Amino acid sequence: MDGLDRTAPQVTAGIYKYDAYDRQFLRDRVAEFRGQVDRRLAGALSEDEFKPLRLMNGLYLQLHAYMLRCAVPYGVLSSDQMRQFAVVARRFDRGYGHFTTRQNIQFNWIKLEEAADAIATLADADLHAIQTSGNCIRNVTTDEYAGAAFDESVDPRVYAEILRQWSTLHPEFSFLPRKFKIAITGAARDRAAIQLHDIGLAARRDASGAVSFEVWVGGGMGRTPILAYRIRERLPEAETIAYLEAILRVYNALGGRENIHKARIKILVRDVGQARFTELVEQEYARLPRERYRLEPEVVAAIQAHFAPPPFAVLPQADAALAAACDGDAEFAAWVGRNTHPHKVAGYISAVISLKPIGGIPGDCSAAQMDAIADLADRYAFGEVRVSHVQNLVLAHVRKDELYALWQALRPLGLATGNVGLLSDIIACPGLDYCALANARAIPVAQLIAERFADLHRQHDIGSVYINISGCINACAHHHVGHIGILGVDRKGEEYYQITLGGSATNDARIGDIVGPSFAYDQVTDAVETILRSYLAIRQAGELFIDTYRRTGLAPFKEALYATA
Amino acid sequence: MQLLEQGRPAADRWLRVADAAPIPDDVAALIGLERLAEVPAGRTAPLGVVVGPATLPEELAPLLNRVALIAVAFPKFRDGRGFTLGRALRERFRYGGELRAVGHVLPDQHLFLLRCGFSAVEVADGADLAPWTAALGRFHTAYQAMVTDKATLRQCMRRFG
Ligand code: SF4
Repeated sequence: MDGLDRTAPQVTAGIYKYDAYDRQFLRDRVAEFRGQVDRRLAGALSEDEFKPLRLMNGLYLQLHAYMLRCAVPYGVLSSDQMRQFAVVARRFDRGYGHFTTRQNIQFNWIKLEEAADAIATLADADLHAIQTSGNCIRNVTTDEYAGAAFDESVDPRVYAEILRQWSTLHPEFSFLPRKFKIAITGAARDRAAIQLHDIGLAARRDASGAVSFEVWVGGGMGRTPILAYRIRERLPEAETIAYLEAILRVYNALGGRENIHKARIKILVRDVGQARFTELVEQEYARLPRERYRLEPEVVAAIQAHFAPPPFAVLPQADAALAAACDGDAEFAAWVGRNTHPHKVAGYISAVISLKPIGGIPGDCSAAQMDAIADLADRYAFGEVRVSHVQNLVLAHVRKDELYALWQALRPLGLATGNVGLLSDIIACPGLDYCALANARAIPVAQLIAERFADLHRQHDIGSVYINISGCINACAHHHVGHIGILGVDRKGEEYYQITLGGSATNDARIGDIVGPSFAYDQVTDAVETILRSYLAIRQAGELFIDTYRRTGLAPFKEALYATA
Repeated sequence: MQLLEQGRPAADRWLRVADAAPIPDDVAALIGLERLAEVPAGRTAPLGVVVGPATLPEELAPLLNRVALIAVAFPKFRDGRGFTLGRALRERFRYGGELRAVGHVLPDQHLFLLRCGFSAVEVADGADLAPWTAALGRFHTAYQAMVTDKATLRQCMRRFG
């Protein structure tokens, strides 16, 4: 301990701080939305006209109520913003929020009459719901360990913020054929799934320190899962916006608009072919007035300043302290083994708060938990919290010698489940419990599986395996890239589940293979157990589930699953 | 139809020529793009064309010195192709004539249209113009440098023109 009271940190970790311009912009946006709701309530806007406008403010009509999806730009929150989510959860929802795979948070019980007030409440903490839905450029997502990860060469938050600004109410790209998602990574390991986005950017730094981007385009999930292709290997930093403009212009002009299922950029790329698509983009790029679109170094520097590292201490004893704590407490040691990620600064570590307690709803967080997490972030992590794309929370910069205290504080809050990357760290979409588009339930399936494997020792024995459960083909839970993907389908009005194996969302991205005929609701857990038993039976030393699958392919699993059928 | 030019109500000096009607040679005439071949080479009165949302800017490039008005049709307000078309005409081809949005557009798109280089928008007869003008005064800041902004402005500099 350095003796300083950090419960109200003077210096928080890098968070983009709004200035007068940004605040004015948000106020204007709230006023605009209030006007739109009023016009809708007065009948001046038809529901058909209102729908895209409310969607661009994150307001969906769900099965039981309106759902408000608030943006957590690239997943980074200050502790005060987390507290404001708690306020919204209490005042406008039923005391809960739901963190999503898009690094956002959703409130499921919003009344239309109160929507503008909810959005104004968010704006009080520089939060908003802009472009969390609609056919526009959505919230840019990135690595949850950005600015902290040991394997990072470029801090992707800087560019994610630049792209957030550029895409905010973009006059030309707010009525695209379909939604448009951009992901960005700056680390060796891709934790942002860039090959599964409309545009994926991998930032690199060359020997001189200059930043450039690998640009991937045309990836996506949904009913036609396609991996992106690399359209540029080394795009200079200054050209980022120009090149993205070129891609978006080609897409906006030529993307399909007749059929909602054929409107994503991946379909355009597939239909015209990668070579032709590249040619179209390069042509468009070559004729843009490049001066105007140049990303000026001053702009980058100004935004970079917001993400300056927090004042890290020199902690020569921290590793020893952590080792001692682990020696003294096996449960803590197991949690550390799963729920932490190596930090680039000696003596620090990133800690993951699992929002997947056994039997809980993946991604759900109560207002009381939000407040408590905010306090812990102030106490232990420079007042900053991240939302990960697997629906967990991350405290990015924790002193190793304070990790034990943090864990002890998390336990009574029900937030110390040591299952990150394990079987019960399931990604599930809201499914039929909330979502108007769902074919089948997803949350209860996740709960059943987690309960079947509730014994953490058993989960440790099985090792890292990602299970993703989507309630319909829209694939909000990314089932295509789960090691085990589960997709809810409708079979004559009954809930059935199709299982895929071998998907991956990282550097070796891959769409999973369908095992065979789908399973009824009450058979899914057995099927998952069969798959994992088969794996345990045939795995070789050191193999994770995904490794075994890649070695053997589908055959042994298929055999086990359908042998008795 | 009511007409808003740069956000202000204006009289429409253009005659919208119906598809089968003859093209008058003594008044400003707005015709469908496909009828362009019927226009005599020596025409002196102003000529305008209505273009569909699928039109690409390069298709219009050869006629830009013949027309004083391009009316871009929005079949549905959700169809945003016209924004890209308008911006390309201004930015790439330096088209300096009138650029009008016609069809189904919403007041909430008014500012976007002007920032993409549109100079006018057609509004249905009888529609309240208040939301249209309110939409232009709504935002005091923006993050993009658009064709209507000062040439020195760059992306993410957060100022209007
Ligand atoms: S995958 Fe389908 S059911 Fe699940 S949240 Fe998305 S749209 Fe709804």
